[in-house]
Amino acid sequence: MALYSEVVMDHFTHPRNVGVIENADGVGEVGNAKCGDIMKIYLKIENDIIVDVKFETFGCGSAIASYSMATEMIKGKSINDAMALTNKAVAEALDGLPAHKLHCSVLAEEAIKSALKDYYDRNGIPYDKKLFPDCENCAHCHE
Amino acid sequence: MQVYADNAATTKISGHALQAMMPCFEKFYGNPSSLHSVGQEAKEVLEDARAKVAACLGCEPREVYFTSGGSEADNQAIISAARFGARKNKKHIISTAFEHHAVLHTLNKLENEGFEITLLDVSNGHNVTAQQVKDAIREDTCLVTCMYANNEIGSILPIAQIGAVCKEAGVPFHTDAVQAVGHLQINVKEQNIDMLSLSGHKFHGPKGVGALYVRRGLPLVNVIEGGAQERGKRAGTENLPGIVGMAAALADACANLEENNKKVTALRDKLIEGLSKIPHCALNGDPVNRLPGNVSFCFEGIEGESLLLLLDMQGVAASSGSACTSGSLDPSHVLLAIGRVHDVAHGSLRLSLSHYNTEEEIDHILKVVPEVVSLLRNMSPVWRDLQTGKREYIL
Repeated sequence: MALYSEVVMDHFTHPRNVGVIENADGVGEVGNAKCGDIMKIYLKIENDIIVDVKFETFGCGSAIASYSMATEMIKGKSINDAMALTNKAVAEALDGLPAHKLHCSVLAEEAIKSALKDYYDRNGIPYDKKLFPDCENCAHCHE
Repeated sequence: MQVYADNAATTKISGHALQAMMPCFEKFYGNPSSLHSVGQEAKEVLEDARAKVAACLGCEPREVYFTSGGSEADNQAIISAARFGARKNKKHIISTAFEHHAVLHTLNKLENEGFEITLLDVSNGHNVTAQQVKDAIREDTCLVTCMYANNEIGSILPIAQIGAVCKEAGVPFHTDAVQAVGHLQINVKEQNIDMLSLSGHKFHGPKGVGALYVRRGLPLVNVIEGGAQERGKRAGTENLPGIVGMAAALADACANLEENNKKVTALRDKLIEGLSKIPHCALNGDPVNRLPGNVSFCFEGIEGESLLLLLDMQGVAASSGSACTSGSLDPSHVLLAIGRVHDVAHGSLRLSLSHYNTEEEIDHILKVVPEVVSLLRNMSPVWRDLQTGKREYIL
C-alpha cells in the first residue's frame, strides 16, 4: 500500500497556488523550521471574496498537498467560508492522511486563519479572538 | 532509470547467497538438534556456516552465536555485560551519542534500572577518539559499546585504538558492526574486540538473521530462553536457510572486499564531489574515515521527506533523517549529535551505494538531485528569507 492517497500525490507533484502575492491583503505564517514545517499564505481579498491565494512551504509531501488543497478550497470563496474551513475537511478532500501527518492539515487551517486575522487587523475589522489559534503556544511545536 | 541507493537500510540478496539457501529448504530441512541423520546433516551445514562467519571475523567458530539480526545481538551483548557488571557493583557504561537505537534504547532501559550511561560527544569531526573513551573510563565501568561505523553519516570509528584502550583498562568492548561487516577489513583479535554484532542483510545476505561474536570466556546471558541451541545461549530452532545465506554472502563479501571497496569508493567520491556543487549544502560525517558506500548531505531551506518522494518519482531510492520520515517532530538524533541544527537536519539526504551500482546510475542521481533541490527551494519560504537576507545561512 502506498504511503499517500492518489489525491495527495497529485497535489504534492502538481501543487496548486504555489508562489507569492505582492501587496497581499492578508499574510499568514505558521509552524517553524525547527519542527520542519512552515506554511506561509498570501490572500488577495476584494469585497469579502478571496480572489487570489498563494502559498510557500518548507514541509513534507503531505504538507505541500494539504496547503495546495486548502488554498483550492478557499479560492473564490467568501472570507466567512474561509474562516469555516476545518482541517478535517482538508484531510477528507485529500482522501485521508496518515495519522502522524494530520497536523499538516491542521497547519493549513491555522495558516488561513492567521492570514484572515492579518486582514482584519490591517483593516480595523473587529473579530472574536477565540476563533483564532494561538500558534506560539500550541502543542504542535512547543511540546 | 531505477537506482537503488539505500544499501545502508538493506541490500539486495546476492544470487550466490540465494542459491546457497535453497538446499536448506529442500534437502537440509532437518532440525540440527535432532539425533537422526537428517538432523545431523543439517547440523553439519549449520557448523559449516559458523566456520565461514568466524573466518571472516578472525575468531573461532565457537565464539559465533547466531541471532535474529543485529538488534538482538546488540541487546544480548549489552544486557550480558550489564548483568555481570552489576554483580561486581560496576554499573557504568560508555557509548556514543550517535549509536543505533538498538544500542541507545537498550542503554535507556538500563539507565532506568539504575545504570549510569556516558554518551561520548561526536560533534568534533563527526567521530569519537580513543582518548575520549580513555578519559571516560572509570573504576565502575562495566562496558564500552561503540559502533564500528555510523549508519547515517558513514563515519568509521577508530575501533582498534578503542579496543586497545579497553584492553588496557580491563573493560569489555562491544561494537555494533552492522554497517561494517562485509565492507571493512575486520579482525576481532587484532582489534581487541570482545563482542561484535552483525546483520546478514547489510551485505547482500537475507533478512532476519545476524550473529554475535563473543570472545571465549566472556559471560553471556540469554535474552531468549528455551532450548539449548547456540551453546545454550540463544534458544529457538536455528534459521538454517538464513544462516547459510548470510554465511555465503559474507564469504563473498570478504573474498571480494578490496575489489568492491575500490569500485564503491570511486562511485561515492564522484557523488560527493558532484553534490558538493549544490549551493548551501554540507557533507555529514567523517570525510576521511568513511564507509565506502556512504554519501550524506544536508541541504539548507528544504525538507527531506518531500525530497525523497520526488527522488523516488525519478527512480532514485534514498533515505533521510528528516522528522517527517520518522513520524516524530525531531530529526535524526545522529544529525543533531554531530551538531546540525533542526532547521538544517530536516533537509538531509542519505545515498548509500553497493557494488551493484554503476557509474551511469551516479550520473542519473547527479542530474536529478540538483533539480529536485532547486524545485523545493523555489517553493520554500525559508529559502526566500535566506535569499533576501531576512534569515542567515547556516551552511
